[in-house]
Amino acid sequence: MSAVPRPIVDTGAVPAAQDNLVLKAEARDLSFYYGAFKALKHLNMPVYDRKVTALIGPSGCGKSTFLRSFNRMHDLYPGNRYEGQIRMFPDDIDILSPKVDPIEVRMRISMVFQKPNPFPKSIYENVAYGMRVRGVRRKSLIDDKVEEALRGAALWGEVQGRLHDLAFNLSGGQQQRLCIARALATDPEILLFDEPTSALDPIATASIEELVGILREKVTILIVTHNMQQAARVSDFTAYMYLGEIMEFGETGQIFIKPTRKETEDYITGRFG
Amino acid sequence: MAATPASPATGGDDRRLAELRALIASHKRWDLAFAGVGILCLAFGVAAFVALFLEMAIDGFPRLSWDFFTSFPSRRAGSAGILSAWVGSLLVMLVTALAAVPLGVGAGVYLEEYAPRNWVTDVIEINVTNLAGVPSIVYGLLALGLFVYQFGLGQSILTAGLTLALLILPVVIVATREAIRAIPIAIREGAYALGATKWQTTSDHIVPYAMPGILTGVIIGLARAIGETAPIITIGALTFIAFLPPSPVGTDFPFLNFEWLTSPFTVMPIQMFNWTSRPEEAFQLNAAAAGLVLVVMTLAMNALAIWLRYRLRKNIKW
Repeated sequence: MSAVPRPIVDTGAVPAAQDNLVLKAEARDLSFYYGAFKALKHLNMPVYDRKVTALIGPSGCGKSTFLRSFNRMHDLYPGNRYEGQIRMFPDDIDILSPKVDPIEVRMRISMVFQKPNPFPKSIYENVAYGMRVRGVRRKSLIDDKVEEALRGAALWGEVQGRLHDLAFNLSGGQQQRLCIARALATDPEILLFDEPTSALDPIATASIEELVGILREKVTILIVTHNMQQAARVSDFTAYMYLGEIMEFGETGQIFIKPTRKETEDYITGRFG
Repeated sequence: MAATPASPATGGDDRRLAELRALIASHKRWDLAFAGVGILCLAFGVAAFVALFLEMAIDGFPRLSWDFFTSFPSRRAGSAGILSAWVGSLLVMLVTALAAVPLGVGAGVYLEEYAPRNWVTDVIEINVTNLAGVPSIVYGLLALGLFVYQFGLGQSILTAGLTLALLILPVVIVATREAIRAIPIAIREGAYALGATKWQTTSDHIVPYAMPGILTGVIIGLARAIGETAPIITIGALTFIAFLPPSPVGTDFPFLNFEWLTSPFTVMPIQMFNWTSRPEEAFQLNAAAAGLVLVVMTLAMNALAIWLRYRLRKNIKW
Protein backbone atom coordinates (compact mmCIF):
# COMPACT_ATOMS: atom_id res chain seq x y z
CA MET A 1 0.00 0.00 0.00
CA SER A 2 1.34 3.34 -1.02
CA ALA A 3 0.29 6.64 0.46
CA VAL A 4 -3.42 7.21 0.82
CA PRO A 5 -4.62 9.31 -2.11
CA ARG A 6 -5.68 12.80 -1.11
CA PRO A 7 -8.04 15.12 -2.91
CA ILE A 8 -5.99 17.38 -5.11
CA VAL A 9 -8.39 20.25 -4.71
CA ASP A 10 -9.17 22.30 -1.70
CA THR A 11 -12.84 21.59 -1.06
CA GLY A 12 -13.30 24.19 1.62
CA ALA A 13 -13.87 22.71 5.02
CA VAL A 14 -11.28 20.12 5.87
CA PRO A 15 -12.89 17.17 7.64
CA ALA A 16 -11.66 16.93 11.21
CA ALA A 17 -10.71 13.26 11.13
CA GLN A 18 -9.31 13.31 7.64
CA ASP A 19 -6.39 11.11 8.52
CA ASN A 20 -8.71 8.13 8.85
CA LEU A 21 -10.33 8.84 5.53
CA VAL A 22 -9.51 6.91 2.38
CA LEU A 23 -10.41 8.37 -0.95
CA LYS A 24 -12.61 6.06 -3.06
CA ALA A 25 -13.39 8.38 -5.93
CA GLU A 26 -12.95 11.98 -6.83
CA ALA A 27 -14.57 14.34 -9.33
CA ARG A 28 -11.96 16.57 -10.88
CA ASP A 29 -13.12 19.60 -12.84
CA LEU A 30 -16.14 17.60 -14.01
CA SER A 31 -18.48 19.29 -16.47
CA PHE A 32 -21.38 17.66 -18.23
CA TYR A 33 -23.41 18.69 -21.26
CA TYR A 34 -26.87 17.61 -22.40
CA GLY A 35 -26.31 18.66 -26.00
CA ALA A 36 -25.43 22.34 -25.74
CA PHE A 37 -26.75 22.73 -22.19
CA LYS A 38 -24.04 22.70 -19.56
CA ALA A 39 -25.68 20.87 -16.66
CA LEU A 40 -22.59 20.44 -14.45
CA LYS A 41 -19.95 23.11 -14.12
CA HIS A 42 -16.43 22.22 -13.09
CA LEU A 43 -17.27 20.05 -10.11
CA ASN A 44 -14.61 18.97 -7.65
CA MET A 45 -15.59 16.59 -4.91
CA PRO A 46 -14.03 13.70 -3.01
CA VAL A 47 -15.97 10.52 -2.25
CA TYR A 48 -14.55 8.79 0.83
CA ASP A 49 -14.34 5.06 1.19
CA ARG A 50 -17.12 3.47 3.24
CA LYS A 51 -18.69 6.81 4.03
CA VAL A 52 -22.08 8.15 2.98
CA THR A 53 -21.93 11.27 0.85
CA ALA A 54 -25.20 13.11 0.30
CA LEU A 55 -25.94 15.42 -2.63
CA ILE A 56 -28.57 18.02 -1.81
CA GLY A 57 -29.93 21.03 -3.63
CA PRO A 58 -33.08 22.37 -5.28
CA SER A 59 -34.71 20.64 -8.27
CA GLY A 60 -32.70 21.01 -11.45
CA CYS A 61 -29.45 21.76 -9.63
CA GLY A 62 -27.74 18.78 -11.31
CA LYS A 63 -27.46 16.42 -8.34
CA SER A 64 -28.99 13.47 -10.22
CA THR A 65 -26.97 14.31 -13.31
CA PHE A 66 -23.82 14.25 -11.17
CA LEU A 67 -24.80 10.93 -9.59
CA ARG A 68 -25.57 9.33 -12.95
CA SER A 69 -22.11 10.31 -14.19
CA PHE A 70 -20.61 7.85 -11.72
CA ASN A 71 -22.01 4.82 -13.54
CA ARG A 72 -21.92 6.38 -17.01
CA MET A 73 -25.73 6.27 -17.30
CA HIS A 74 -25.52 9.27 -19.62
CA ASP A 75 -23.72 7.13 -22.20
CA LEU A 76 -27.05 5.44 -22.96
CA TYR A 77 -28.38 8.55 -24.65
CA PRO A 78 -26.96 10.40 -27.64
CA GLY A 79 -25.77 13.98 -27.40
CA ASN A 80 -24.39 13.77 -23.86
CA ARG A 81 -20.80 14.74 -23.17
CA TYR A 82 -18.47 14.71 -20.18
CA GLU A 83 -15.49 16.93 -19.55
CA GLY A 84 -13.01 16.46 -16.76
CA GLN A 85 -12.58 13.30 -14.73
CA ILE A 86 -13.98 11.08 -12.07
CA ARG A 87 -11.03 9.13 -10.72
CA MET A 88 -11.66 5.90 -8.91
CA PHE A 89 -9.27 4.40 -6.36
CA PRO A 90 -7.30 2.37 -5.46
CA ASP A 91 -6.54 1.70 -9.13
CA ASP A 92 -6.63 5.44 -9.97
CA ILE A 93 -8.46 5.25 -13.29
CA ASP A 94 -10.65 7.91 -14.86
CA ILE A 95 -14.02 6.17 -15.13
CA LEU A 96 -15.26 8.79 -17.61
CA SER A 97 -12.42 8.16 -20.04
CA PRO A 98 -13.62 6.95 -23.45
CA LYS A 99 -11.03 4.21 -23.06
CA VAL A 100 -12.90 2.78 -20.08
CA ASP A 101 -15.90 0.64 -21.02
CA PRO A 102 -19.06 1.98 -19.32
CA ILE A 103 -20.10 -1.65 -18.70
CA GLU A 104 -16.94 -2.20 -16.65
CA VAL A 105 -17.79 0.92 -14.62
CA ARG A 106 -21.38 -0.27 -14.05
CA MET A 107 -20.11 -3.65 -12.90
CA ARG A 108 -18.11 -1.92 -10.17
CA ILE A 109 -20.59 0.82 -9.28
CA SER A 110 -24.21 -0.18 -8.68
CA MET A 111 -27.25 2.04 -8.65
CA VAL A 112 -30.63 2.18 -6.91
CA PHE A 113 -33.20 4.30 -8.67
CA GLN A 114 -35.79 6.82 -7.60
CA LYS A 115 -38.77 4.56 -8.15
CA PRO A 116 -38.42 0.86 -7.35
CA ASN A 117 -37.82 -0.77 -10.73
CA PRO A 118 -37.78 -4.54 -10.22
CA PHE A 119 -37.87 -6.64 -13.37
CA PRO A 120 -41.18 -8.45 -14.00
CA LYS A 121 -39.55 -11.67 -12.87
CA SER A 122 -39.35 -13.58 -9.61
CA ILE A 123 -37.69 -12.16 -6.49
CA TYR A 124 -34.89 -14.68 -6.95
CA GLU A 125 -34.31 -13.83 -10.61
CA ASN A 126 -34.20 -10.12 -9.84
CA VAL A 127 -31.35 -10.56 -7.37
CA ALA A 128 -29.62 -13.16 -9.53
CA TYR A 129 -29.62 -11.06 -12.68
CA GLY A 130 -26.37 -9.23 -11.93
CA MET A 131 -24.63 -12.59 -11.61
CA ARG A 132 -26.22 -13.92 -14.77
CA VAL A 133 -24.86 -10.87 -16.60
CA ARG A 134 -21.43 -11.79 -15.27
CA GLY A 135 -21.78 -15.32 -16.62
CA VAL A 136 -22.15 -17.07 -13.24
CA ARG A 137 -23.82 -20.42 -13.89
CA ARG A 138 -23.33 -22.42 -10.69
CA LYS A 139 -26.71 -22.60 -9.01
CA SER A 140 -25.33 -23.14 -5.52
CA LEU A 141 -23.17 -20.03 -5.89
CA ILE A 142 -26.13 -17.96 -7.12
CA ASP A 143 -28.36 -19.34 -4.34
CA ASP A 144 -25.85 -18.33 -1.68
CA LYS A 145 -25.32 -14.90 -3.16
CA VAL A 146 -29.08 -14.26 -3.50
CA GLU A 147 -29.55 -15.09 0.18
CA GLU A 148 -26.58 -12.98 1.23
CA ALA A 149 -27.81 -9.99 -0.80
CA LEU A 150 -31.38 -10.31 0.50
CA ARG A 151 -30.05 -10.50 4.06
CA GLY A 152 -27.87 -7.48 3.33
CA ALA A 153 -30.94 -5.57 2.17
CA ALA A 154 -32.92 -6.65 5.28
CA LEU A 155 -35.47 -8.43 3.11
CA TRP A 156 -34.57 -12.09 3.61
CA GLY A 157 -36.95 -12.67 6.52
CA GLU A 158 -39.90 -11.33 4.58
CA VAL A 159 -39.32 -13.23 1.35
CA GLN A 160 -37.38 -16.39 2.16
CA GLY A 161 -40.40 -18.65 1.73
CA ARG A 162 -41.49 -17.15 -1.57
CA LEU A 163 -38.35 -16.44 -3.56
CA HIS A 164 -40.06 -17.53 -6.75
CA ASP A 165 -43.03 -15.20 -6.40
CA LEU A 166 -43.22 -12.23 -8.70
CA ALA A 167 -41.35 -9.17 -7.48
CA PHE A 168 -44.41 -7.02 -8.28
CA ASN A 169 -46.32 -8.69 -5.47
CA LEU A 170 -44.07 -6.99 -2.90
CA SER A 171 -44.94 -3.62 -1.34
CA GLY A 172 -43.21 -0.47 -2.57
CA GLY A 173 -40.71 -0.45 0.29
CA GLN A 174 -39.97 -4.15 -0.15
CA GLN A 175 -39.49 -3.60 -3.89
CA GLN A 176 -36.96 -0.87 -3.19
CA ARG A 177 -35.08 -3.12 -0.76
CA LEU A 178 -35.19 -5.81 -3.47
CA CYS A 179 -33.58 -3.33 -5.84
CA ILE A 180 -30.92 -2.68 -3.19
CA ALA A 181 -30.36 -6.44 -2.88
CA ARG A 182 -30.08 -6.65 -6.67
CA ALA A 183 -27.43 -3.93 -6.59
CA LEU A 184 -25.60 -5.56 -3.65
CA ALA A 185 -25.48 -9.06 -5.13
CA THR A 186 -22.56 -8.15 -7.35
CA ASP A 187 -20.39 -6.73 -4.55
CA PRO A 188 -20.20 -3.16 -5.84
CA GLU A 189 -17.43 -0.87 -4.67
CA ILE A 190 -19.73 2.15 -4.72
CA LEU A 191 -23.52 2.18 -4.36
CA LEU A 192 -25.41 5.09 -5.91
CA PHE A 193 -28.84 6.04 -4.58
CA ASP A 194 -30.95 8.42 -6.66
CA GLU A 195 -33.62 9.74 -4.27
CA PRO A 196 -34.35 6.18 -3.18
CA THR A 197 -37.23 7.04 -0.84
CA SER A 198 -39.10 9.68 -2.81
CA ALA A 199 -41.75 7.14 -3.89
CA LEU A 200 -42.08 5.51 -0.45
CA ASP A 201 -44.16 6.07 2.67
CA PRO A 202 -42.51 7.21 5.94
CA ILE A 203 -42.19 3.70 7.42
CA ALA A 204 -40.56 2.28 4.27
CA THR A 205 -38.38 5.38 4.15
CA ALA A 206 -37.19 4.77 7.70
CA SER A 207 -36.27 1.17 6.87
CA ILE A 208 -34.27 2.25 3.81
CA GLU A 209 -32.45 4.90 5.85
CA GLU A 210 -31.66 2.33 8.52
CA LEU A 211 -30.32 0.06 5.80
CA VAL A 212 -28.08 2.80 4.43
CA GLY A 213 -26.66 3.15 7.94
CA ILE A 214 -25.77 -0.55 7.99
CA LEU A 215 -24.46 -0.74 4.42
CA ARG A 216 -21.94 2.07 4.92
CA GLU A 217 -19.84 -0.34 6.98
CA LYS A 218 -19.10 -2.28 3.82
CA VAL A 219 -19.62 -0.08 0.80
CA THR A 220 -19.10 3.51 -0.27
CA ILE A 221 -22.43 5.27 -0.70
CA LEU A 222 -23.41 8.30 -2.71
CA ILE A 223 -26.99 9.42 -2.19
CA VAL A 224 -29.07 12.10 -3.85
CA THR A 225 -31.91 13.35 -1.71
CA HIS A 226 -34.28 16.28 -1.72
CA ASN A 227 -35.05 15.60 1.92
CA MET A 228 -32.70 17.63 4.10
CA GLN A 229 -33.46 15.70 7.27
CA GLN A 230 -32.61 12.52 5.41
CA ALA A 231 -29.24 13.90 4.35
CA ALA A 232 -28.60 15.01 7.94
CA ARG A 233 -29.61 11.59 9.31
CA VAL A 234 -27.79 9.24 6.97
CA SER A 235 -24.73 10.97 5.59
CA ASP A 236 -21.17 11.64 6.75
CA PHE A 237 -20.49 14.24 4.10
CA THR A 238 -22.82 16.56 2.27
CA ALA A 239 -22.47 18.55 -0.92
CA TYR A 240 -24.88 21.39 -1.55
CA MET A 241 -25.41 21.93 -5.27
CA TYR A 242 -27.01 24.84 -7.04
CA LEU A 243 -27.31 25.51 -10.80
CA GLY A 244 -24.83 22.82 -11.71
CA GLU A 245 -22.19 23.83 -9.21
CA ILE A 246 -21.11 22.53 -5.84
CA MET A 247 -21.63 25.51 -3.55
CA GLU A 248 -20.32 23.81 -0.47
CA PHE A 249 -18.95 20.44 0.53
CA GLY A 250 -18.07 19.28 4.00
CA GLU A 251 -18.85 17.06 6.91
CA THR A 252 -22.60 16.76 7.30
CA GLY A 253 -22.53 18.13 10.84
CA GLN A 254 -20.63 21.20 9.77
CA ILE A 255 -22.84 21.80 6.69
CA PHE A 256 -26.01 21.61 8.73
CA ILE A 257 -24.82 23.41 11.87
CA LYS A 258 -22.54 26.12 10.60
CA PRO A 259 -22.40 26.29 6.82
CA THR A 260 -19.69 28.63 5.61
CA ARG A 261 -21.78 30.02 2.78
CA LYS A 262 -24.92 32.07 3.07
CA GLU A 263 -26.59 30.24 0.12
CA THR A 264 -26.19 26.88 1.85
CA GLU A 265 -27.63 28.23 5.06
CA ASP A 266 -30.61 29.74 3.21
CA TYR A 267 -31.35 26.44 1.50
CA ILE A 268 -30.95 24.31 4.60
CA THR A 269 -33.08 26.56 6.76
CA GLY A 270 -35.78 26.61 4.11
CA ARG A 271 -35.51 30.25 3.17
CA PHE A 272 -34.77 29.16 -0.37
CA GLY A 273 -35.38 26.14 -2.61
CA MET B 1 -72.07 23.70 1.68
CA ALA B 2 -75.65 23.51 2.94
CA ALA B 3 -74.62 24.40 6.48
CA THR B 4 -72.76 27.57 5.51
CA PRO B 5 -74.93 30.68 5.52
CA ALA B 6 -75.00 32.25 2.10
CA SER B 7 -73.10 35.48 1.93
CA PRO B 8 -74.55 38.24 -0.22
CA ALA B 9 -71.38 38.47 -2.24
CA THR B 10 -71.21 34.86 -3.40
CA GLY B 11 -74.52 33.14 -3.73
CA GLY B 12 -77.54 34.58 -1.97
CA ASP B 13 -78.85 35.94 -5.23
CA ASP B 14 -81.55 33.50 -6.41
CA ARG B 15 -81.74 35.03 -9.84
CA ARG B 16 -78.04 34.48 -10.52
CA LEU B 17 -78.29 30.89 -9.39
CA ALA B 18 -81.26 30.29 -11.70
CA GLU B 19 -79.33 31.76 -14.64
CA LEU B 20 -76.36 29.54 -13.83
CA ARG B 21 -78.56 26.47 -13.77
CA ALA B 22 -80.18 27.40 -17.07
CA LEU B 23 -76.74 27.82 -18.60
CA ILE B 24 -75.58 24.42 -17.38
CA ALA B 25 -78.82 22.82 -18.61
CA SER B 26 -78.34 24.33 -22.07
CA HIS B 27 -74.74 23.05 -22.19
CA LYS B 28 -75.87 19.63 -21.13
CA ARG B 29 -78.28 19.46 -24.07
CA TRP B 30 -75.20 19.17 -26.27
CA ASP B 31 -74.06 16.16 -24.24
CA LEU B 32 -77.38 14.52 -24.91
CA ALA B 33 -77.34 15.51 -28.58
CA PHE B 34 -73.90 14.04 -29.15
CA ALA B 35 -74.74 10.87 -27.28
CA GLY B 36 -77.67 10.43 -29.67
CA VAL B 37 -75.57 11.08 -32.79
CA GLY B 38 -72.85 8.76 -31.50
CA ILE B 39 -75.26 5.90 -30.92
CA LEU B 40 -76.65 6.37 -34.45
CA CYS B 41 -73.14 6.21 -35.97
CA LEU B 42 -72.32 3.13 -33.99
CA ALA B 43 -75.62 1.44 -34.79
CA PHE B 44 -75.07 2.05 -38.52
CA GLY B 45 -71.70 0.29 -38.52
CA VAL B 46 -72.79 -2.55 -36.30
CA ALA B 47 -76.04 -3.07 -38.22
CA ALA B 48 -74.20 -3.25 -41.54
CA PHE B 49 -71.79 -5.86 -40.17
CA VAL B 50 -74.52 -7.89 -38.51
CA ALA B 51 -76.64 -7.83 -41.68
CA LEU B 52 -73.74 -9.01 -43.85
CA PHE B 53 -72.72 -11.67 -41.41
CA LEU B 54 -76.27 -12.90 -40.82
CA GLU B 55 -77.03 -13.14 -44.53
CA MET B 56 -73.87 -15.16 -45.04
CA ALA B 57 -74.59 -17.28 -42.00
CA ILE B 58 -78.18 -18.01 -43.06
CA ASP B 59 -77.11 -18.95 -46.58
CA GLY B 60 -74.03 -20.84 -45.60
CA PHE B 61 -74.81 -22.51 -42.31
CA PRO B 62 -76.93 -25.37 -43.76
CA ARG B 63 -73.97 -26.30 -46.03
CA LEU B 64 -71.59 -26.75 -43.08
CA SER B 65 -71.04 -30.42 -42.41
CA TRP B 66 -68.14 -32.79 -41.85
CA ASP B 67 -68.16 -33.53 -45.58
CA PHE B 68 -67.80 -29.86 -46.45
CA PHE B 69 -64.48 -29.73 -44.59
CA THR B 70 -63.19 -33.07 -45.88
CA SER B 71 -64.16 -32.84 -49.56
CA PHE B 72 -62.24 -31.38 -52.47
CA PRO B 73 -63.93 -28.86 -54.75
CA SER B 74 -66.19 -30.44 -57.32
CA ARG B 75 -68.19 -29.58 -60.41
CA ARG B 76 -71.31 -30.58 -58.48
CA ALA B 77 -72.05 -27.96 -55.87
CA GLY B 78 -73.62 -30.40 -53.46
CA SER B 79 -70.49 -32.53 -53.06
CA ALA B 80 -67.94 -29.71 -53.22
CA GLY B 81 -65.91 -28.92 -50.12
CA ILE B 82 -63.08 -26.75 -48.82
CA LEU B 83 -60.48 -29.36 -47.87
CA SER B 84 -57.76 -28.11 -50.20
CA ALA B 85 -58.63 -24.49 -49.36
CA TRP B 86 -58.35 -24.65 -45.58
CA VAL B 87 -55.28 -26.86 -45.68
CA GLY B 88 -53.75 -24.40 -48.17
CA SER B 89 -54.64 -21.41 -45.99
CA LEU B 90 -53.15 -23.09 -42.93
CA LEU B 91 -49.87 -23.98 -44.65
CA VAL B 92 -49.53 -20.54 -46.23
CA MET B 93 -50.13 -18.95 -42.81
CA LEU B 94 -47.46 -21.19 -41.33
CA VAL B 95 -44.91 -19.98 -43.87
CA THR B 96 -46.06 -16.38 -43.41
CA ALA B 97 -45.66 -16.55 -39.63
CA LEU B 98 -42.29 -18.30 -39.80
CA ALA B 99 -40.97 -15.66 -42.20
CA ALA B 100 -42.62 -12.51 -40.82
CA VAL B 101 -42.00 -13.02 -37.09
CA PRO B 102 -38.19 -13.23 -37.08
CA LEU B 103 -37.84 -10.56 -39.78
CA GLY B 104 -40.34 -8.18 -38.24
CA VAL B 105 -39.22 -8.61 -34.64
CA GLY B 106 -35.57 -8.34 -35.66
CA ALA B 107 -36.20 -5.17 -37.64
CA GLY B 108 -38.37 -3.65 -34.91
CA VAL B 109 -35.86 -4.40 -32.17
CA TYR B 110 -33.04 -2.99 -34.28
CA LEU B 111 -34.93 0.22 -34.99
CA GLU B 112 -35.84 0.76 -31.33
CA GLU B 113 -32.72 -0.41 -29.54
CA TYR B 114 -29.78 -0.28 -31.90
CA ALA B 115 -30.37 2.14 -34.78
CA PRO B 116 -28.52 5.45 -34.44
CA ARG B 117 -30.83 8.46 -34.35
CA ASN B 118 -30.15 10.10 -37.69
CA TRP B 119 -31.89 10.94 -40.95
CA VAL B 120 -31.27 7.49 -42.48
CA THR B 121 -33.18 5.90 -39.61
CA ASP B 122 -35.92 8.50 -39.96
CA VAL B 123 -36.30 7.72 -43.67
CA ILE B 124 -36.45 3.98 -42.94
CA GLU B 125 -39.03 4.52 -40.22
CA ILE B 126 -41.27 6.61 -42.48
CA ASN B 127 -40.96 3.99 -45.21
CA VAL B 128 -41.87 1.13 -42.90
CA THR B 129 -44.99 2.98 -41.79
CA ASN B 130 -45.88 3.76 -45.40
CA LEU B 131 -45.41 0.14 -46.47
CA ALA B 132 -48.40 -0.75 -44.31
CA GLY B 133 -50.53 1.39 -46.63
CA VAL B 134 -49.33 -0.09 -49.94
CA PRO B 135 -52.22 -1.87 -51.73
CA SER B 136 -51.85 -5.60 -51.41
CA ILE B 137 -52.01 -6.21 -55.16
CA VAL B 138 -48.72 -4.31 -55.48
CA TYR B 139 -47.13 -6.91 -53.22
CA GLY B 140 -48.60 -9.55 -55.52
CA LEU B 141 -46.95 -7.95 -58.56
CA LEU B 142 -43.64 -7.66 -56.72
CA ALA B 143 -43.82 -11.30 -55.67
CA LEU B 144 -44.68 -12.43 -59.19
CA GLY B 145 -41.58 -10.76 -60.54
CA LEU B 146 -39.26 -11.58 -57.66
CA PHE B 147 -40.28 -14.90 -56.10
CA VAL B 148 -41.97 -16.62 -59.06
CA TYR B 149 -39.74 -15.57 -61.96
CA GLN B 150 -36.48 -14.26 -60.47
CA PHE B 151 -36.02 -16.85 -57.71
CA GLY B 152 -37.95 -19.53 -59.55
CA LEU B 153 -40.01 -20.52 -56.53
CA GLY B 154 -43.04 -21.14 -58.73
CA GLN B 155 -46.69 -20.65 -57.92
CA SER B 156 -46.19 -22.42 -54.66
CA ILE B 157 -47.11 -22.31 -51.00
CA LEU B 158 -43.65 -20.90 -50.31
CA THR B 159 -44.20 -17.99 -52.71
CA ALA B 160 -47.62 -17.24 -51.25
CA GLY B 161 -46.34 -17.43 -47.68
CA LEU B 162 -43.40 -15.14 -48.39
CA THR B 163 -45.63 -12.67 -50.25
CA LEU B 164 -48.07 -12.43 -47.36
CA ALA B 165 -45.11 -12.22 -44.97
CA LEU B 166 -43.95 -9.09 -46.83
CA LEU B 167 -47.48 -7.76 -46.61
CA ILE B 168 -47.73 -8.07 -42.83
CA LEU B 169 -44.10 -7.22 -42.12
CA PRO B 170 -44.87 -3.53 -41.45
CA VAL B 171 -47.64 -4.55 -39.04
CA VAL B 172 -45.24 -6.79 -37.12
CA ILE B 173 -42.50 -4.14 -37.10
CA VAL B 174 -44.84 -1.41 -35.88
CA ALA B 175 -46.35 -3.71 -33.21
CA THR B 176 -42.86 -4.69 -32.04
CA ARG B 177 -41.74 -1.09 -31.77
CA GLU B 178 -44.83 -0.01 -29.91
CA ALA B 179 -44.54 -2.92 -27.49
CA ILE B 180 -40.89 -2.03 -26.85
CA ARG B 181 -41.70 1.64 -26.33
CA ALA B 182 -44.28 0.70 -23.70
CA ILE B 183 -41.50 -0.71 -21.51
CA PRO B 184 -40.56 1.96 -18.94
CA ILE B 185 -37.11 3.51 -19.27
CA ALA B 186 -36.51 2.64 -15.61
CA ILE B 187 -36.58 -1.10 -16.43
CA ARG B 188 -34.11 -0.65 -19.25
CA GLU B 189 -31.82 1.48 -17.08
CA GLY B 190 -32.13 -1.08 -14.28
CA ALA B 191 -30.64 -3.72 -16.56
CA TYR B 192 -27.89 -1.46 -17.88
CA ALA B 193 -27.03 -0.34 -14.35
CA LEU B 194 -26.21 -3.96 -13.46
CA GLY B 195 -23.63 -4.02 -16.23
CA ALA B 196 -25.73 -5.67 -18.93
CA THR B 197 -24.73 -5.14 -22.54
CA LYS B 198 -27.22 -4.00 -25.14
CA TRP B 199 -27.75 -7.57 -26.30
CA GLN B 200 -28.21 -8.88 -22.74
CA THR B 201 -30.73 -6.12 -22.04
CA THR B 202 -32.54 -6.83 -25.31
CA SER B 203 -32.68 -10.61 -25.04
CA ASP B 204 -33.23 -10.91 -21.26
CA HIS B 205 -35.65 -8.01 -20.83
CA ILE B 206 -36.83 -6.00 -23.81
CA VAL B 207 -37.99 -8.84 -26.07
CA PRO B 208 -39.58 -10.99 -23.32
CA TYR B 209 -41.47 -8.01 -21.86
CA ALA B 210 -42.55 -6.87 -25.33
CA MET B 211 -43.74 -10.38 -26.28
CA PRO B 212 -47.44 -9.89 -25.46
CA GLY B 213 -47.61 -6.86 -27.74
CA ILE B 214 -45.54 -8.52 -30.45
CA LEU B 215 -47.72 -11.64 -30.48
CA THR B 216 -50.85 -9.53 -30.66
CA GLY B 217 -49.41 -7.70 -33.66
CA VAL B 218 -48.39 -10.94 -35.35
CA ILE B 219 -51.82 -12.52 -34.94
CA ILE B 220 -53.63 -9.40 -36.11
CA GLY B 221 -51.29 -9.37 -39.13
CA LEU B 222 -52.02 -13.05 -39.83
CA ALA B 223 -55.75 -12.41 -39.48
CA ARG B 224 -55.37 -9.81 -42.20
CA ALA B 225 -53.23 -12.09 -44.36
CA ILE B 226 -55.60 -15.05 -44.20
CA GLY B 227 -58.30 -13.03 -45.95
CA GLU B 228 -56.01 -11.59 -48.64
CA THR B 229 -57.04 -12.56 -52.16
CA ALA B 230 -55.50 -10.12 -54.63
CA PRO B 231 -51.78 -10.87 -54.15
CA ILE B 232 -52.43 -14.61 -54.09
CA ILE B 233 -54.31 -14.43 -57.38
CA THR B 234 -51.54 -12.27 -58.86
CA ILE B 235 -48.86 -14.84 -58.13
CA GLY B 236 -51.09 -17.40 -59.81
CA ALA B 237 -52.65 -19.61 -57.17
CA LEU B 238 -54.90 -22.19 -58.77
CA THR B 239 -58.61 -21.87 -58.21
CA PHE B 240 -59.40 -25.53 -58.58
CA ILE B 241 -57.23 -27.93 -56.58
CA ALA B 242 -58.37 -31.49 -56.06
CA PHE B 243 -55.37 -32.78 -54.14
CA LEU B 244 -53.48 -31.97 -50.95
CA PRO B 245 -49.86 -30.89 -50.73
CA PRO B 246 -47.47 -33.62 -49.50
CA SER B 247 -47.72 -33.93 -45.75
CA PRO B 248 -45.09 -31.95 -43.84
CA VAL B 249 -44.80 -34.76 -41.30
CA GLY B 250 -43.84 -38.20 -42.59
CA THR B 251 -43.55 -41.67 -41.12
CA ASP B 252 -39.97 -42.20 -42.32
CA PHE B 253 -36.83 -40.57 -40.97
CA PRO B 254 -36.32 -37.57 -40.68
CA PHE B 255 -40.12 -37.36 -40.30
CA LEU B 256 -40.20 -33.90 -41.85
CA ASN B 257 -40.30 -33.08 -45.50
CA PHE B 258 -40.43 -29.78 -47.27
CA GLU B 259 -41.97 -30.84 -50.59
CA TRP B 260 -45.19 -29.16 -49.53
CA LEU B 261 -43.49 -25.82 -49.82
CA THR B 262 -43.25 -26.13 -53.60
CA SER B 263 -46.73 -27.58 -54.06
CA PRO B 264 -49.49 -25.75 -55.96
CA PHE B 265 -52.27 -24.70 -53.65
CA THR B 266 -55.42 -22.74 -53.16
CA VAL B 267 -56.63 -20.74 -50.16
CA MET B 268 -60.01 -19.97 -48.61
CA PRO B 269 -60.69 -16.58 -50.19
CA ILE B 270 -59.75 -17.88 -53.64
CA GLN B 271 -62.06 -20.82 -53.24
CA MET B 272 -64.81 -18.36 -52.30
CA PHE B 273 -63.98 -16.12 -55.24
CA ASN B 274 -64.15 -19.12 -57.56
CA TRP B 275 -67.57 -20.16 -56.27
CA THR B 276 -69.07 -16.66 -56.35
CA SER B 277 -68.14 -16.38 -60.03
CA ARG B 278 -70.19 -19.48 -60.88
CA PRO B 279 -73.72 -18.93 -62.21
CA GLU B 280 -75.40 -21.74 -60.25
CA GLU B 281 -77.23 -20.70 -57.09
CA ALA B 282 -75.92 -23.73 -55.18
CA PHE B 283 -72.33 -22.53 -55.58
CA GLN B 284 -73.28 -19.18 -54.03
CA LEU B 285 -74.36 -21.11 -50.94
CA ASN B 286 -70.98 -22.88 -50.90
CA ALA B 287 -69.28 -19.48 -51.10
CA ALA B 288 -71.34 -18.24 -48.16
CA ALA B 289 -70.44 -21.32 -46.13
CA ALA B 290 -66.73 -20.88 -46.94
CA GLY B 291 -67.03 -17.19 -46.04
CA LEU B 292 -68.55 -18.12 -42.73
CA VAL B 293 -65.64 -20.45 -42.00
CA LEU B 294 -63.16 -17.73 -42.98
CA VAL B 295 -64.81 -15.14 -40.72
CA VAL B 296 -64.86 -17.59 -37.83
CA MET B 297 -61.15 -18.34 -38.44
CA THR B 298 -60.36 -14.62 -38.37
CA LEU B 299 -62.41 -13.98 -35.24
CA ALA B 300 -60.80 -16.98 -33.57
CA MET B 301 -57.33 -15.56 -34.31
CA ASN B 302 -58.32 -12.20 -32.84
CA ALA B 303 -59.74 -13.96 -29.79
CA LEU B 304 -56.44 -15.83 -29.44
CA ALA B 305 -54.57 -12.51 -29.61
CA ILE B 306 -56.71 -11.04 -26.84
CA TRP B 307 -56.34 -14.15 -24.68
CA LEU B 308 -52.57 -14.30 -25.17
CA ARG B 309 -52.19 -10.65 -24.31
CA TYR B 310 -54.24 -11.12 -21.17
CA ARG B 311 -52.33 -14.22 -20.12
CA LEU B 312 -48.85 -12.85 -20.74
CA ARG B 313 -49.55 -9.42 -19.27
CA LYS B 314 -50.77 -10.79 -15.99
CA ASN B 315 -47.16 -10.89 -14.81
CA ILE B 316 -46.25 -7.47 -16.12
CA LYS B 317 -47.58 -4.37 -14.43
CA TRP B 318 -46.50 -0.86 -15.25
